[in-house]
Amino acid sequence: MMTPLYKYGFFGDELSLVVAFVLGIGFGFCLERAGFGSARKLAAQFYLYDMSVFKVMFTAIVTAMLGVTYLGWIGWLDLSQVYLVPTFLGPQILGGLVLGVGFVVGGYCPGTSAAAVATGRVDGMVYALGIFAGTFAYAEVYPSIKAFVNSNEMGQVTLPEVLGLPWGVIVFVVVVVAVVGFWGAGKVERWIGSRS
Amino acid sequence: MPAHTPDPAHARPGSAYANPYVAGVGLGLVLLAAFVIMGRGLGASGAFSSTMAWLVNLVAPAHAQANEYFQGYLGDGTTHPLKAWLVFEVIGVMTGAMLSGLLAGRVHLSIEKGPRVSTAIRLLCAFAGGMLMAFGAHLARGCTSGQALTGGALLNVGSWAFMIMVFVGGYSVAWLMRWQWR
Repeated sequence: MMTPLYKYGFFGDELSLVVAFVLGIGFGFCLERAGFGSARKLAAQFYLYDMSVFKVMFTAIVTAMLGVTYLGWIGWLDLSQVYLVPTFLGPQILGGLVLGVGFVVGGYCPGTSAAAVATGRVDGMVYALGIFAGTFAYAEVYPSIKAFVNSNEMGQVTLPEVLGLPWGVIVFVVVVVAVVGFWGAGKVERWIGSRS
Repeated sequence: MPAHTPDPAHARPGSAYANPYVAGVGLGLVLLAAFVIMGRGLGASGAFSSTMAWLVNLVAPAHAQANEYFQGYLGDGTTHPLKAWLVFEVIGVMTGAMLSGLLAGRVHLSIEKGPRVSTAIRLLCAFAGGMLMAFGAHLARGCTSGQALTGGALLNVGSWAFMIMVFVGGYSVAWLMRWQWR
């Protein structure tokens, strides 16, 4: 059996929407379990007393990365059929910066705001309204910033390709960085905790 | 299970959050399932875009259809703009989050803020933060879910650049914004 199932024609568009809903349930459940329906818990990442955002995010990245690597190696997953967002380096660097500022100002990101809305957080609801307002504003100014948004195009490209290193080496480096990061995050939390 | 101890200020009886590594493995397995079943990752901001395009098209169809950005979400008009993969996924996110919240007794109307900030200012910041987030996510072609999480696991170059900059952006204004949270 070859995966991704959808790309290999195991089911069609209609069923893919049911799959979206079911995967979303798993996603939302994990976010809320981790405490990510709470802006204070999320913002704590930037004040160093609770590094859960980093821990959850990097554990998830490492888990999924090891999964696709293993399934690719044993030949069950055709990684070339998994969609990669194309790289536009300049806009993505600026976008990340703006989004990071918005994270600390607003307390959420789009996914976690959905979890906040569902658990009754009024600030999450107002934040979601802000996303709609921002989307409208973006659409209005889009023609004038279009040239920048489409600049620095590098196509669908991975770190192993750009750095000219084997996939497995980058996977190993990411795992090492994550483990060192987890150890450091615990240290920082205890240090900040002992000061306050 | 080694229970993760949340900050005392956050803790309410019976509301201890999951160990972040356990929650992270769970999230990673959901993401892996999305890769294996769908050949794509998770997302969130795209659902807001589809909904906004649908709303604007409802109120001012001529305006929406003349707008290049909304046009991309409306398509050729043969399918409903809300019949989009990410819209269904985000409805699932809300369902799953509510389920988890109900099981833990965490669903109630409240406002997340630090002790030093007024409700009005906090809500104003939430709105402004949402606007900034929308701009950032559109510039980057994805948010923390669609770029950082999904692209991070796929070793996508743009996603890693984006993710590093999210932390840079957050930490660079954290000191200025501390009155809102501490």
